[in-house]
Amino acid sequence: MHIHRYEKLWLIIGSLILAVFLGILAFQTFFLEMGPPSHAEMIDPQTVRESEIFADTELKEIGDNEYEIAIIAEMFAFQPGDLEIPAGATVHFTLASPDVTHGFKITDTNVNVMVVPGHISKVSHTFDEPGEYLILCNEYCGLGHEFMANTITVK
Amino acid sequence: MAHINETPILHKGTAVNDDAAAGITGRDIRLSAANLFIAFIALLIGGFAGLLQGLVRSGFFELPSWISYYALLTAHGVMFILVLSSFFSIGYLYAGTSRVLGGLANKTIAFGWAGFALMTTGTLIAAFLIVTGNANVLYTFYTPMQAHPWFYIGLALIVVGILLNCIGMFITYQSWRKRNPGKLTPLFAFFANAVFVLWVFASLFIAVFVIAMVIPWAFGWVATIDPMMGRTLFWAFGHTLVNIWMLTSISAWYVAMPKIIGGKVFSDSLARVAVVILVVANVPGGFHHQILDPGLSVNVKFLHVIQTFMIIFPSLMTAFAMLATMERTGRAKGVTSLLGWWKTLPWSDARFFALIVAMFAYIPAGLGGIINASNQINQVVHNSIWVTGHLHLTVGTTVILTFFGISYWLIPYLSGRKMTPTINRLAVAQTVIWASGMLLMSGAMHINGLLGSPRRTANTSYNGHSAAADWAMYEMLMAMGGVILVVGIILLVYIWAQLAFFAPKGKTDFPIGEDYSPSDASPLFMDRWSIWMALATVSVAIAYIIPLIDFASGHNPGSPPFLMP
Repeated sequence: MHIHRYEKLWLIIGSLILAVFLGILAFQTFFLEMGPPSHAEMIDPQTVRESEIFADTELKEIGDNEYEIAIIAEMFAFQPGDLEIPAGATVHFTLASPDVTHGFKITDTNVNVMVVPGHISKVSHTFDEPGEYLILCNEYCGLGHEFMANTITVK
Repeated sequence: MAHINETPILHKGTAVNDDAAAGITGRDIRLSAANLFIAFIALLIGGFAGLLQGLVRSGFFELPSWISYYALLTAHGVMFILVLSSFFSIGYLYAGTSRVLGGLANKTIAFGWAGFALMTTGTLIAAFLIVTGNANVLYTFYTPMQAHPWFYIGLALIVVGILLNCIGMFITYQSWRKRNPGKLTPLFAFFANAVFVLWVFASLFIAVFVIAMVIPWAFGWVATIDPMMGRTLFWAFGHTLVNIWMLTSISAWYVAMPKIIGGKVFSDSLARVAVVILVVANVPGGFHHQILDPGLSVNVKFLHVIQTFMIIFPSLMTAFAMLATMERTGRAKGVTSLLGWWKTLPWSDARFFALIVAMFAYIPAGLGGIINASNQINQVVHNSIWVTGHLHLTVGTTVILTFFGISYWLIPYLSGRKMTPTINRLAVAQTVIWASGMLLMSGAMHINGLLGSPRRTANTSYNGHSAAADWAMYEMLMAMGGVILVVGIILLVYIWAQLAFFAPKGKTDFPIGEDYSPSDASPLFMDRWSIWMALATVSVAIAYIIPLIDFASGHNPGSPPFLMP
């Protein structure tokens, strides 16, 4: 098999660029801990509402401007409703679905995670910029999908 | 890769049976034409569903109460992604294979018609349930959302029908190899076989999912289903499907394009290497649809990212081969300046023009794909309408424009007619209309996605939230793009009708490029598909064993069905 030298050059340069790019992704993932949300814990979807974690869906302060909240993503709402936090607060979200698959997206942030029944999803974010952020379901979940949204106000 | 010098390669990669070149038999024509006919109907239905979606989402239009936005969305996805693409690919690949291998085997014809019957029946069942609002689950039908149980029977029939077509293709391919020992299969047949091998891999995943898991659950024989298992099996199928279309499209780029521009295939062996890498590395790419899923560890996800990136390599090879083919053709015509060959290309030939516009669209489409697959970067775009924009560049532009380009020779080839200069001009105009509509729509989708607008969501202002207000302008551009595209579809259907029934009688060739030089011929073992299927199985195993064992042993209590009326 004959490979033209220009093609060799093109493939080598292309592969090197890909390797460097993958290297940067790996560095961010494993050393800067920027990997995608990948929580492993499981939960029976039919017992989400009664479970210890999701029985209380209140915003809890767990540290210096650090909060924790359990959110139930269900057809067609996030429970509890709208949230309010101070600027600079770090919020740890714990999510589960008692029914179908939902998405949890906060606009103007990189918070974006799937909520698949049977699994618990976790994602954290520090809200530095004040404003009213829109939380929306970005996975089709039924005929009322477009109504599944809340806000989180950062003051 | 060692060259097998002992065995003389008698039949070059693209050598053609002369009898076959004179025209394919009537029964081969009828099988291909039947498949293309269903593809065209799917294009019409899916296209109008798409237009209505654009108008609804931008607020131009409100649907009557008997049909929901999501029914249209399901129709658009199923018609385009499952029906149009599979029927068209089968019609095109069967016709081309018949052309280069000297006709389809008797059994192939039987399997072809049986597959066609199952696929058509499945399509009718699925379409009926979608339109009557009994299957608002979108083409991904993520469990535990549940459609009418017969919707899944329809899907299963389509998949089994595709598998029968796979068997049909393998019979003709292998019987040619048996009759021609020591000869390399023609390059087009190699591409066609590769597409059907990928289809086997894709279909097995979805068949296991639909037949063994979803149908028993939807009919109520089993109480619960594991949604993560479902997502994983679906995307092993779904992403493979994407590369099935790509492989079908690039078969025209590699084999037909050189002939159309009056040149030769750049390198038979490198073309086959690109095909083989695509087949071997493809299936695990499905996991990049699950980067934000729970239940998969960061390490396993990164392994999947690396495996997904393997698919980029053959695309780099294709990019080089396409430009090299064009440059060499120009040089052979005596062009000496650095870029002068660019001007010698047959720009006014609709067959070439549609293909090259498709190739140009593949550049941003491929780049967008790399972004989507890039682990943490996926968080920025996942499930935003950016992804829809990406899909409309890949499938909606690169693949579909290639299919349109193919149809400009395939239809008259099958109907025994000739394209007239007027139809050719219309086809060039169609390409321009399609590309501009897609540029507008897909561009607006990409920007809107970066602004946070979700995909697959009916028109909503999110209680008048300011973020959603920013999306309105782009939604209007999307709708405008949709209107332009529907003009493109109407024009295309006119062109197709002309080519099939009204254009002057004559002989149109199925363009098959000729090999470049003997040193570029592939070694014979490239035709041993057992090697590539074994390697593909290994790559599937590396990606899937850990997650699937995890899900199967994870004691997932499972989900009962939630009926989507």
